[in-house]
Amino acid sequence: MPHALVVAEITEDGKVKKATLAAITFAQKALPAVGGAFSILVLGGAARSAAAELTSFGAQKVLVCEDPTLAHYTAEHYAPTVAEVGKSFALLVATATSQGKDLMPRVAARLDAGFAGDCSDVLVEGTALRYKRPMYAGNVFGTVELTTPVQVATARQSEFDAAAPSGGSSPVEAVAKVAPGAAAARVDYVSLEAVKSERPELTEARVVVSGGRAIKEQFFQVLEPLAQALGAAIGASRAAVDAGYAPGDYQVGQTGKIVAPELYVAIGISGAIQHIAGMKSSKVIVAINKDADAPIFQIADYGLVADLFQAVPALTAELKKRKG
Amino acid sequence: MKVLVPLKRVADPDNANKIKIAASNVAVDSTGLEWKTNPFDEYALEAALRLTENGKAPKQRLGEVIVVTLGPKECEQTLRSALATGADRAIRVDATDDALDGRLVALALKSLVLAEKPDVVLLGKQAVDGDSNQVGQRLAELLDWPMATFAATIREEAGALLVSREVDGGVGTLRVRLPAVVTVDLRIVSPTSVYSAHTDAAHRYAEGVRFAPLPAIMAAKKKPLDTKTLAELAPGAALSTKTLKFEKPPARSAGVRVKDVTELVDKLMNVSKVL
Ligand SMILES: Cc1cc2nc3c(=O)[nH]c(=O)nc-3n(C[C@H](O)[C@H](O)[C@H](O)COP(=O)(O)OP(=O)(O)OC[C@H]3O[C@@H](n4cnc5c(N)ncnc54)[C@H](O)[C@@H]3O)c2cc1C
Repeated sequence: MPHALVVAEITEDGKVKKATLAAITFAQKALPAVGGAFSILVLGGAARSAAAELTSFGAQKVLVCEDPTLAHYTAEHYAPTVAEVGKSFALLVATATSQGKDLMPRVAARLDAGFAGDCSDVLVEGTALRYKRPMYAGNVFGTVELTTPVQVATARQSEFDAAAPSGGSSPVEAVAKVAPGAAAARVDYVSLEAVKSERPELTEARVVVSGGRAIKEQFFQVLEPLAQALGAAIGASRAAVDAGYAPGDYQVGQTGKIVAPELYVAIGISGAIQHIAGMKSSKVIVAINKDADAPIFQIADYGLVADLFQAVPALTAELKKRKG
Repeated sequence: MKVLVPLKRVADPDNANKIKIAASNVAVDSTGLEWKTNPFDEYALEAALRLTENGKAPKQRLGEVIVVTLGPKECEQTLRSALATGADRAIRVDATDDALDGRLVALALKSLVLAEKPDVVLLGKQAVDGDSNQVGQRLAELLDWPMATFAATIREEAGALLVSREVDGGVGTLRVRLPAVVTVDLRIVSPTSVYSAHTDAAHRYAEGVRFAPLPAIMAAKKKPLDTKTLAELAPGAALSTKTLKFEKPPARSAGVRVKDVTELVDKLMNVSKVL
């Protein structure tokens, strides 16, 4: 029976991105329907060193495609190889990062496969897979069946635990890069400007502190000290990003990052449907807003009606005092 | 430049929390919610209009924008409003909503692209009802065209587009030589996001999408609107996605109000124990 294939995501210098571990968990959950085994495919300019990190997760094989033309990710260069390797599998899964969202539908089209994106769960029914996925900004969940022989999915990182190494040593096998089609010759990677931050990764942090439009230009001035005191990552609403107070990469929401930390602190954020879609699975939600009727209070475990410019420094001071 | 912009109507996204599940559990019920153009598709249309004009006064159209939707007759409303906003002509592909999925839409669009030969297909990155985020990528693959997804800015160069994209960890830039597929993200409608080869570098657009002036709404009724069928564009193709069940997520209820930061820290430390 054809198995599952996890498409790993790595950094340009050959380190496995933590997001990959969510896709491994997804594949492990799907195992009973896919013949009980999964493999991992790693592509990149420095894929071999990343592959070595992935041999202890119980994969039948770790397949490696290392090639200088894969050094910078582009879907046009990656998709042909992923599809060629993937065509003998029943399920291809990656995590719904910006790379996974870009690549996997393109792979699906190449295989004429059905696609279930941003899944919050995968269920096994006999030998069939069912994909549970949020729709309508998380206001509806659909359980989806794909009818094609090869199926392609992406996993919502916040809904799948990071797989833990289970020991063992999967054999590493090299696979050749498939010559890409005409599309690859017509795309140039130009640059990647990384946003530098001392703070933890938004999608992996235990605590997230997010700011809205109300904080204005003092965005980092107000939020940094609090984030520091909490060891938190910093997020933002769309309005704060649109206004240029925070980089685009900080946006939490339906169309930004999906986060589910232990603690989410929403500061000067009204609680629009599209924002809530990105954080409502957080364990504990705190809202600080000066408008007692702001919709964010309807989903907050603890609401503080206050001016953020006073409340945030006071909260920071209180936390420092308690923690000594 | 000739640009094709696929549009989808969606139930009013600002009231998505009022969507109900039909008693059968196999359909959603959006009764009472107005149909709106998917916001990302409106942004794609705005970007397409900016790419096909000079930007300054007097405004000059320098290309063609064709809008297309797949759906029943009522969807022509979505096309008419796009025509009023500035699109030149429209095509409706007749289909019922439940006969469509991302794969079929991409297959049908491929046939249209082969017939219309646009330089660019500009799409929203996702429709905010299904939140699927796949049609643009699939279409690019079917055409063997380069793509730039999640575009935040577009600059036209000779025979190419320079596209910056909001990706995890920062901003990535790609150059795609035409013809190409571009899917757009929220920031594509900010004042300096899109420049055609003819836009003055100093030009600043108004934030957001443009609205149709009243005379344009009347004039739009006379713009061409063709109809095609799904069967002619994607012959023999069947659905590959079936939604077996819809359900509402567990509701999250409001908790308590705290009077000050001291009480807040107490709760976080002693009640929910997250600190
Ligand atoms: C297609 C589409 C996709 C979208 N995707 C996203 C998304 O992914 N993420 C997202 O966040 N949004 C998204 N949005 C936007 C969303 O609809 C809201 O516009 C946005 O979230 C509002 O941001 P905000 O809460 O910062 O601003 P506002 O709604 O303006 O709220 C500001 C809040 O600050 C409070 N406030 C003001 N001053 C103070 C003060 N001194 N102290 C305390 N509180 C104060 C106000 O009471 C208010 O509640 C999307 C919209 C569309 C159309």
